[in-house]
Amino acid sequence: MSGWVALGQAAVALVAGGVVGLFFRGLDRKIAARMQARIGPPLRQPFLDLGKLLVKETVIPKTAVAWVFSAMPFVAVIASFTALLYLPLGPFGPILEGHGDAILVLYLLAVPALAMALGGFASGSPLGVVGAQRELVMLVSYEFPLAVVLVAVAWRLTTLGLAPAFSLGVMAQHPLWTMVGPLGIIGLTILLVSLLVVTPAELAKIPFDIPEAETEIAGGLFVEYSGTYLALFYLADAVRTVVMAGLVVALFFPYGIAQPLGLGGAAAAAVDLLFWLAKVLVVMVVAVTTVRVGMARLKVDQIARGFWWRITALALSGLLLLALDKVVTG
Amino acid sequence: MSERNPRDPNDPVLPAVDEVREVELRGLEAGLGETFEVPIGPIHPALKEPIRLTFRVRGERIVGVDIRTGFAHRGIEFMGMRQGRNLIQVLYLAERICGICSVSHPIAFTQAVERAAGIEVPPRAQYIRVIISELERIHSHLLWAGVAAHELGFDTLLHLTWRVREKVLDILEELSGNRIDYAIPIFGGVRRDITPEQYPKVWEAIRYYRGLQEQLLDAFLNDPTVEARTRGVGILEPKEAEELCAVGPTARASGLRKDVRQDRPYLAYPDFEVRAITPADYGLTPLGDVYDKIVVRLLEVGQSLDIIEKALENMPEGEITSFPKIPALLAHLKKAEGEGLGWHEAPRGEVIHYVRLVSGDESLLVWKVKAPTYSNLMSWYPMFEDQEIADIPIIAACIDPCICCMDRVYVVRDGKEETWTKEKLLQLSWEKTRRMRR
Repeated sequence: MSGWVALGQAAVALVAGGVVGLFFRGLDRKIAARMQARIGPPLRQPFLDLGKLLVKETVIPKTAVAWVFSAMPFVAVIASFTALLYLPLGPFGPILEGHGDAILVLYLLAVPALAMALGGFASGSPLGVVGAQRELVMLVSYEFPLAVVLVAVAWRLTTLGLAPAFSLGVMAQHPLWTMVGPLGIIGLTILLVSLLVVTPAELAKIPFDIPEAETEIAGGLFVEYSGTYLALFYLADAVRTVVMAGLVVALFFPYGIAQPLGLGGAAAAAVDLLFWLAKVLVVMVVAVTTVRVGMARLKVDQIARGFWWRITALALSGLLLLALDKVVTG
Repeated sequence: MSERNPRDPNDPVLPAVDEVREVELRGLEAGLGETFEVPIGPIHPALKEPIRLTFRVRGERIVGVDIRTGFAHRGIEFMGMRQGRNLIQVLYLAERICGICSVSHPIAFTQAVERAAGIEVPPRAQYIRVIISELERIHSHLLWAGVAAHELGFDTLLHLTWRVREKVLDILEELSGNRIDYAIPIFGGVRRDITPEQYPKVWEAIRYYRGLQEQLLDAFLNDPTVEARTRGVGILEPKEAEELCAVGPTARASGLRKDVRQDRPYLAYPDFEVRAITPADYGLTPLGDVYDKIVVRLLEVGQSLDIIEKALENMPEGEITSFPKIPALLAHLKKAEGEGLGWHEAPRGEVIHYVRLVSGDESLLVWKVKAPTYSNLMSWYPMFEDQEIADIPIIAACIDPCICCMDRVYVVRDGKEETWTKEKLLQLSWEKTRRMRR
């Protein structure tokens, strides 16, 4: 594949990723509204929000460290979009296949969180500082279970002789469900549950939205951000939602429907792409929308304790079951 | 891109913070790390009205709090005492002290004036006042429950609770013509009767809420995340509640059986034998935390339903006012001389109105209002002690503060705050009495 083709693909994927991210955000808001017996905003509302933020004045507080404050929105948006390029997009493999693997995606998912924390610290607002502290506590809480899930899946693939195991493309082509025994299936289910719990934390949605916590610290990290910078964070968040849901799909539900339907060529690609989008949407609704509608916001110590003990133990037990499965099935 | 500096010392909006009440820290956390200030308010998403809370925090833990009021003083008492304003005009002002307790203040105010002027209230009017005020309690408690859920980040519960609340607002509109500011009490009675056609509608609303009560209790009290956020948070010990003179659900959640309807029954309340509700009535040991305050308020919705039911069943026939003609009422009030105290258990607690009338003047000479939040404000100090930043909104909300109702003048002269000591206030009040006697 020549470099120009890859560049073209990347450009299409980035634009589409942004549009899909914002559209899914609209769906998320609409579905949440219906669950709360409200009508909800129109589906295009996130686009309108983004457009409005882009034309608004961007204020940099005098007390802020201006260059850090200004750089962080760009860091966040670039990292989020880059993570998209390492994701298997339905029928298509990752665009940057071979230039990095799942571990890089882990880091790319952590970068926006770090960027937001730095931006919060640099904003010079006490509320921003509190939000940034909370973001960092969250980061060290959920990253370990997330890493355990990825490592467990990759390790099991390695034992089956598939390489490079840490490539998301390989993970997506070889769903583990059919390759492991009953113990392994239980283990995978546990890992899936842990990943679904990590998803809203990674995206800082209720009950894990403490870095922003509107009623507590008035937007926390974003309290001093406005205009273009806030728009960039908004966009980064929308894309990160797709990436995170796409990661769940790639690890656990990479199946297509074109082959069973007997389709081929362009039709197969189109059908599988739509099916992939539907899967991402379902994961988002299950892991983000229903959870944020059905729960109150937790406190930072409750979240840290929950992740360090319960979710980490859950993920590790999943890993253990996969290992036992390896021993049993050989 | 423009620049601004929110912490400019010359910024005229806020007076500088000089003292923050330090609270004692327990255990190891004392002496760990640096502290810094987190300002909450006067404008903040967690506060529905302007008040400034400055917290000194160490990490996420609150080590000190300073409360500043005075951002929303409207001078209603002053307006009411102006010459040339008759008492019926002042009644409209009293109605507008609080949008949520918009029948509690008129009930207390009319009682005060009736006591001062020696006016009798017909029994039917008393029953109607009770019914409207209990309906108001239902709407206010449901409103509070929704706000509390929102402060916890549980917006679904907010939307569902407020949807349920619409029914009681519909009934109030049916009975009074308004969703809020019902304009029902007038000196010597009420302005509108409850007609026979309206009874079935009220009964239907009672059945509606009876059917929902279990569901409502279940949604709030059995939700694990709500429990995680409210159990053991913002504890007000019974002793503290007593010493700080907390009133209403704030005091009752700490286990004090304190309710004006029980302690000093007025209007038709002796007929209903109201008993103050504490969490013990739900089978819990009162702890005085936010959870208990939810329990008390939700149980009081049921209590209000009981009272309305009883009132509808035993409604006496007869006149609804002892002064059907307004000019006659005004003439009587103009002749009246004396002072009177009126009280009422508003949804937030005890509200007291004091008036003094002089013969030959249709205006009030003195009008003093004590809103429930004024009594409850001090209980914030022990409640905030040693809590986390995340608990601030729900603790602030748990006394159901009504800032505008209780706000007092706050003097800032030449950029300096003035502290008004007890001695100075006494001095001022003596001077005023002397001026008035002249």
